[in-house]
Amino acid sequence: MAKVKGDIVIDIEKCKGCELCIEACPQESLETSRQVNQKGYLYIVKIEDNCTGCVNCALVCPEGAITVYRKVDKKKEHVAKITNVTKDINITVNE
Amino acid sequence: MKELRLMKGNEALAEAAIRSGCDAYFGYPITPQSEVLEYLSKEANVRTGMVILQAESEVASINMVYGAAGTGKRIMTSSSSPGISLMQEGISYIACAELPCLLVNVNRGGPGLGTIQPSQGDYFQSVKGGGHGDYKLIVLAPSTVQEMSDFVKLSFELAFKYNNPVMILTDGALGQMMEKVELFEQQERKTNIEPWATVGKPKDRERNIITSLHIQPDKMEEINLKLQAKYREIEKNEIRFEETNCEDAEYLIVAYGLVARICVKAAQLAADKGLKVGVLRPISLFPFPYEKINELAGKVNGILDVEMNAGQMVEDVRLAVNGKVPVEFYGRMGGVVPTPEEILENLEKKLAGGKA
Amino acid sequence: MNEKRMIEEDQHFEDVIAEESICIQENIVYEKPDTLTDTPFHYCPGCGHGVAHRLIAEVISELNIQEETIGVAPVGCAVFAYNYLNIDMTEAAHGRASAVATGIKRVLPEKYVFTYQGDGDLAAIGTAETLHTCNRGENVLIIFINNATYGMTGGQMAPTTLPNMKSTTSPFGRDIATMGHPLKMTDLVAQLPGTYYVTRQAVHKPGNVRKAKKAIMNGFKYQKENKGTCFIEIVSNCPSNWKMTPRESNKWLEENMIPYYPLGDLKIPNVKEN
Repeated sequence: MAKVKGDIVIDIEKCKGCELCIEACPQESLETSRQVNQKGYLYIVKIEDNCTGCVNCALVCPEGAITVYRKVDKKKEHVAKITNVTKDINITVNE
Repeated sequence: MKELRLMKGNEALAEAAIRSGCDAYFGYPITPQSEVLEYLSKEANVRTGMVILQAESEVASINMVYGAAGTGKRIMTSSSSPGISLMQEGISYIACAELPCLLVNVNRGGPGLGTIQPSQGDYFQSVKGGGHGDYKLIVLAPSTVQEMSDFVKLSFELAFKYNNPVMILTDGALGQMMEKVELFEQQERKTNIEPWATVGKPKDRERNIITSLHIQPDKMEEINLKLQAKYREIEKNEIRFEETNCEDAEYLIVAYGLVARICVKAAQLAADKGLKVGVLRPISLFPFPYEKINELAGKVNGILDVEMNAGQMVEDVRLAVNGKVPVEFYGRMGGVVPTPEEILENLEKKLAGGKA
Repeated sequence: MNEKRMIEEDQHFEDVIAEESICIQENIVYEKPDTLTDTPFHYCPGCGHGVAHRLIAEVISELNIQEETIGVAPVGCAVFAYNYLNIDMTEAAHGRASAVATGIKRVLPEKYVFTYQGDGDLAAIGTAETLHTCNRGENVLIIFINNATYGMTGGQMAPTTLPNMKSTTSPFGRDIATMGHPLKMTDLVAQLPGTYYVTRQAVHKPGNVRKAKKAIMNGFKYQKENKGTCFIEIVSNCPSNWKMTPRESNKWLEENMIPYYPLGDLKIPNVKEN
């Protein structure tokens, strides 16, 4: 089964803390930090590790400050399993 | 072989625009210059592919000129006094953004809606900067239909030499009257791309931005200083005037445009009476021939400035003369053209003490 | 630090994080387009201008038309649009952007030309230019940001300010009896035969942003068909002058602006006559 993993990078110096990304995030992954950036804005940070890379936050970001990454991991199936040894050995093949 | 034609001033100007390889004209009808747009509408596109667009207003026209001139092509508009007033904001933007283009004012009587008859009431507006801020147009004042044609070509040359708008300041009489004109040969349309033009940003150059907005005061001052330096350069190189019998004149008349021709006639009448009168005709109103007038002021007993207004250029003449000799003014307003006789009468009355 | 060493170190850094982080070039699904400069926007936090600018840049990048595009900036908050879009641009006088665009397009008919204007610029001082540009069917794209206020001058009443909406020049609310009705420019230009594609969009939610981008994409593409003016209104917010937080402003936009300025296409090419 394919597993989708997403992540974002926020350019905190561009961020003005408008919170529109927080509103747009379906995973509730984002929160306002307690730190200010050089311009004095409370910037936004990702606090949960549940991002799916849906890009909603980047779409509504007025500063173009968010880069979104997404990786689809295909779980590798075993092609063989050797038993009756001191320890099980699983063999997988890299694509 | 010479190509001679009998043409109206406005038509000669329009024909010259086509022959200059002008790329586009944007304008709005107004008497007494509508023939320019009419002539171009009929002739220009079919002959050279020149773009002709009748805009919804003079305000739109001048802003179309601004946009199109930003592409580095040869662009022009024409209008008459009230229409030129409407364009002033745009002219200020064009001057600050340093865009070459040709503006034509076929001056009519004002103020207000005024009259459609000829006038020189827009001298201040044209020469001193009719819009906001410190800027200058190069202003050329033709006095014949021939010059209505020749100055179009000259204007485009000067506009691109200095990246500055050039105005041809003429009047309703010159626009409407017919004279013999020798036409110059058809010039090629422009093909080279100016390095500053907004034509789409290639990968290998920085983007071009045409703007007159510089929020930081020091930057805006820098822009102003650059403009002023350019204007000084123009003053150094581009002063044009015509002298008639100035060498041994007792009195000097200073007049521009059509009025200068009437003054030459007045000087002839004076000569008949034994009075030596020279005529100096400034052709470039900016840059103004201050030095020439100052030089002549040292040789005559007095100067009469004649204009079709309440006395505008006379201020520049007085600046040039700087108190050396008396400078008197005679003018007619509201579309009235002075006669040679009344000019001479005023010269005698005001300067020569009824001598002649 | 010399350039070569920087690259080596970056490479090393990527190698190290590759094992844990997915934040590597090949996994990027959304990033700032390259036709947007690195200059930070001067707009207030939460302002829709930033999104609208970015969408234009994305479309120019995706269509690969940077070399063929000339933009016209207005007077208003977006007066500095040319600082952000990495394309040739001209800054127009207040209200005259569509006349400036006409001038450019007429002498460069093969290029893509667009204006970016606010409601004061386009629907008040520039009404005549806007209507006549659309009526002549100039092959330009007009992008109209409607946030019902004069943002840059500090929140005065705009032609699109809603009835009873407060502004610094309608402090008791816009009284339509004395101040007139909000001007629905988009509905007006849709009636003109010169327009080819007229639509009203918003950028306050992800779904709207996607639709608005598609509209802008169409607006650029249709220019090549030479069939008339494309006009895209983007209903937007102004948190600072509406005196709300960005999140409140978007809620207010949804509850008040959109009912008055309903989103959707007003004129699309395939529903034109015949």
